[in-house]
Amino acid sequence: MYDVVVIGGGAAGLAAIHSAYDPTLKLLLIEREKTLGGILKQCIHNGFGLHHYKEELTGPEYAERGILSVKDLSFETMLDTTVADVEKKSDIFHITIMNTELGEAVIQAKTVILSTGCYERTRGAIQLPGTRPKGIMPAGSAQRYLNIDGYLVGKKVFILGSGDIGLIMARRMRLEGAEVLGVAEIMPYSNGLTRNIVQCLHDFDIPLYLSHTITDIKGIETLEAITISEVDTHFQPIAGTEKTFEVDTLLLSVGLIPDIKMFDSLKFDVSSLTNGAIVDQRYQTSIPGLFACGNALHVHDLVDFVTEESEKAGRFAKDYVLKTKAEKRQLITIDPGDKVRYVLPQYLDITQNFDETVLSLRATESALRGTFNIHQGETLIHSKKARFVAPAEMERLVLKRSDLVSEAPLKVSFEVGT
Amino acid sequence: MKKEMICIVCPVGCHLEIDENLKVQNNKCKRGEVYAKKEILNPTRMLTSTVRINSKHQARVSVKTTDAIPKQSMFKIMEMLDDVALEVPVNLGDVVIKNVLDTGIDIVVTMSLKA
Repeated sequence: MYDVVVIGGGAAGLAAIHSAYDPTLKLLLIEREKTLGGILKQCIHNGFGLHHYKEELTGPEYAERGILSVKDLSFETMLDTTVADVEKKSDIFHITIMNTELGEAVIQAKTVILSTGCYERTRGAIQLPGTRPKGIMPAGSAQRYLNIDGYLVGKKVFILGSGDIGLIMARRMRLEGAEVLGVAEIMPYSNGLTRNIVQCLHDFDIPLYLSHTITDIKGIETLEAITISEVDTHFQPIAGTEKTFEVDTLLLSVGLIPDIKMFDSLKFDVSSLTNGAIVDQRYQTSIPGLFACGNALHVHDLVDFVTEESEKAGRFAKDYVLKTKAEKRQLITIDPGDKVRYVLPQYLDITQNFDETVLSLRATESALRGTFNIHQGETLIHSKKARFVAPAEMERLVLKRSDLVSEAPLKVSFEVGT
Repeated sequence: MKKEMICIVCPVGCHLEIDENLKVQNNKCKRGEVYAKKEILNPTRMLTSTVRINSKHQARVSVKTTDAIPKQSMFKIMEMLDDVALEVPVNLGDVVIKNVLDTGIDIVVTMSLKA
């Protein structure tokens, strides 16, 4: 019986097991791939670590820092191991795993931390019209083929979606000799960092078509051409604005979703806003002893905050397993209010001792200046001014225990302006 | 002739204009002027890429320039990297190309791979 099992050995899992470590506990880290580090290994560009390590690192370098940080801790690691199912029976988690050494096996744990990352939305998720030839794939898949496996997936490329992965791959494929004909974004603004617009698109004269989407795909066996059209304010294509590009590859950078399907048997509460687990300030899900962190909980834009969040989840999991008596939870909700898409955690467990907790949230609109407000019932209990707010960038508020005035639900809202 | 560019020094993202006499307009602060002039006179970029390796786990290993290199030399360096083939083990920071194109900047490995 393990005290803590961490599922997923990327940035989140490494930080979680690091802080869950205790010499008296039996810990296990399970990783699907043959090496630790997760998605960072294929993110070879730099820009990681400015918050956490106060220096600019590439993805693989950030991963290696995480791996080094746990090198001297004694815990078990299972690599090349897939988790097929997790169930909870009479307070114990039963984890069905598969690998070449054990075949199928069931291991038991007192607590489990889900740090399984996220997956990319595919063309099915956005209902692209046209034929279904090969040559259409998520940008992150193409990134793996190129940066790890050494295959350039195409020579004439178009990219749908202006998220950072799409922009990074536009530059990357151009540098490796592919022609990148353009990037289309359905929104009137880019979802990527300005730095990436400049250094990935402008540097290579790659056009960005804002308020455009794909309206046709041609090719039977392989992709031959795509057509884009401008969209109106209701995102409907405008007739007569079609532009056709002959391409062999279409990369999709159209969103990420927490990868928690393999935990369906547990039936924990999932948020329709984040597509991840609903948690309290200890990152504990609706199932006692089950914790979640990183992109498996909600999709982050900076790995630094994945590390920070996962360190906390690991610490709370350790506290949970070390505590002697059963606990009761008393939860008050933290809801998104006006102009806020989601807030995490969704619950505050007021039986817990805490001085302060960090709320992660996203606004629904961009603003040069604005104010985030936390209300408890009708009372304004916390306000924070913010600059350069954008839906693509996660905001963070520090809520203090002493801010609370009652046991009423909390609501976080955003006010545009000074 | 005027050249337009977006300043990336801070999140404001001023849309700068710079003319042939290096006169910068539309910048909200001094840093924008410095950025625009550097982008005209000596634009530099960090370059990250991969090179071949004989690891049993992966066909490529990631590399980077130790500092920003002149922007116009990016494709030349990409070509030079085509000729590099490493053998495991490699360690983070191992030099792949020393003093690339006489810039004083090295290309180094950004991940460790065991034999």
